[in-house]
Amino acid sequence: MIELRDVVKAYGGRRVVDGVSFVVEPGQVCALIGASGSGKTTLLKMVNRLIAATSGSIRVAGRDIRDERPEMLRRRIGYVVQSFGLFPHWTVEDNIATVPRLLAWPEERVGARVRELLTLLRLDVEEYRGKYPHELSGGQQQRVGVARALAADPELLLMDEPFGALDPVTRAGLRAEFARIHATTGKTILFVTHDMDEALELADVIAVIENGRLVQFGTSREIVERPATEFVRDLIGRAEIGLKRLAVQRVGERMQRGKVDGRGPAIEASSTLREALAHMLAQHTDRLLVRDDSGAVVGSIDLAELVRSP
Amino acid sequence: MRTSRLAREPLPWLALGFAALLLLMPATRPLFAWAFPDVDPPLYQGETFLSLWASHAVLVAAASLVSTVLAVSLGIFVTRPEGREFRAMADALATIGQSFPPVAVLALAVPTLGYGALPTFMALTIYGFLPILENTIAGLTAVPAAVREAAHGMGLSPGQVLRRVDLPLAAPTILAGIRTSVIVNIGTAAIGSAVGAVTLGTPIIDGLIADKLPYVLQGAAVVGAFAVLTDQAFEGLDRLLRRRTTQMPKRNPA
Repeated sequence: MIELRDVVKAYGGRRVVDGVSFVVEPGQVCALIGASGSGKTTLLKMVNRLIAATSGSIRVAGRDIRDERPEMLRRRIGYVVQSFGLFPHWTVEDNIATVPRLLAWPEERVGARVRELLTLLRLDVEEYRGKYPHELSGGQQQRVGVARALAADPELLLMDEPFGALDPVTRAGLRAEFARIHATTGKTILFVTHDMDEALELADVIAVIENGRLVQFGTSREIVERPATEFVRDLIGRAEIGLKRLAVQRVGERMQRGKVDGRGPAIEASSTLREALAHMLAQHTDRLLVRDDSGAVVGSIDLAELVRSP
Repeated sequence: MRTSRLAREPLPWLALGFAALLLLMPATRPLFAWAFPDVDPPLYQGETFLSLWASHAVLVAAASLVSTVLAVSLGIFVTRPEGREFRAMADALATIGQSFPPVAVLALAVPTLGYGALPTFMALTIYGFLPILENTIAGLTAVPAAVREAAHGMGLSPGQVLRRVDLPLAAPTILAGIRTSVIVNIGTAAIGSAVGAVTLGTPIIDGLIADKLPYVLQGAAVVGAFAVLTDQAFEGLDRLLRRRTTQMPKRNPA
């Protein structure tokens, strides 16, 4: 869906993005992670041409982004900015309807789409449709920002630190929402973050950027299990690297099937190993029963298995 | 509750009062005759106050219209990427204007343009231009960067960003500039009578020259009332604009 080849952005002689190449497959969530000033946001904005690349090529859905007018390109790429960026003089409905109206959709179709998106983002249609951004909480504004980006059913969604301006509780809630929306819509998403936990939780693939260069590109699991450089190790958090590894593996992959005797605390097979460990600590036990999606007990997991490498 | 809301709205009452002041000025003759027994006639005898006001209003309106169009256009130009180089110049111009008294502009206009309505019109246009320019630049640059970036990122063209985002959000600030400009010009236009323009300042100037105080009072009362009425009209326009852009009013009417 996105193909970057040797992308460079130079201001004067300074290269803020320096020869970055990677490919994000359709339906994947890719996190761009790095320190402040690493060039990750610049890279994101180059995909919808808010910033022009100095050299190299970027293809979206197989087409070089320079082959069409920037406005046309942007109307088929959803864009969520960090501090929401809702139009303060427009209602929630008008905000969400921005791109459909630019594309001259008939008004009934626009209205139906607004209702559909508010429902998807769990905002009551009648209550919120006519509100103005200043009447919403930060979390609600960000939901509307996401709804606006999804409005014209874009092939690709770009998000610049989508949870950066929110408090930790709201952020945790919206991350769960993000995962649900991705599961529902199947959109390809490229998002910028400086939080490795966020990247590990939400992304299929992670691009680690340091000083404008791509230092590692891989799945969440590859990144935690084989950090390519000291910088990547630092981002993961040295002391907690063991816990991070547990966070990218599911209970279902490590449990012992069938061997079920007795009763006791249980956990879902789809939970992460990290959650299983937390559960054991909370329950003062070294063994948990494992349930499948239907709730039936299908196996068990021991502390000893959990801590065994890798 | 309609009637009570209407009663609390000051604008229609002010307008009514002002119209009464213009039309019923001759009826105040006994009052001035009593207060100033030495002045004869006690009431200004030139053109009617209605026609003085009409010519005063036309002069101010024409000058304000021209300066608004020019200042808003220049303000838009210097805040676009194409005009960025001229931004510092426009800022300096706007600042100089604020420290320059309007009477001085008038005094400078006469030697170049001679007497009559034209130098007054020019002085009003030039002086009125500056607060509008300043506020246009301030309003347009105060539009949050995230909002503009989102607008571009959604695929609005530069013209659409200007019309649908920048101008509506800057409108209350631009309007405040126009308001300052018009109110100052209502006062300055009166001084225009000193250089031969027919305005509400005419009775004031004639009264000063002929040492007839009631004429000065009559002219000043009408100019003052006109300025207050116009200011209230802008107040109402501002409220309307904010209601539509739904930003909370910045000032409390308390």
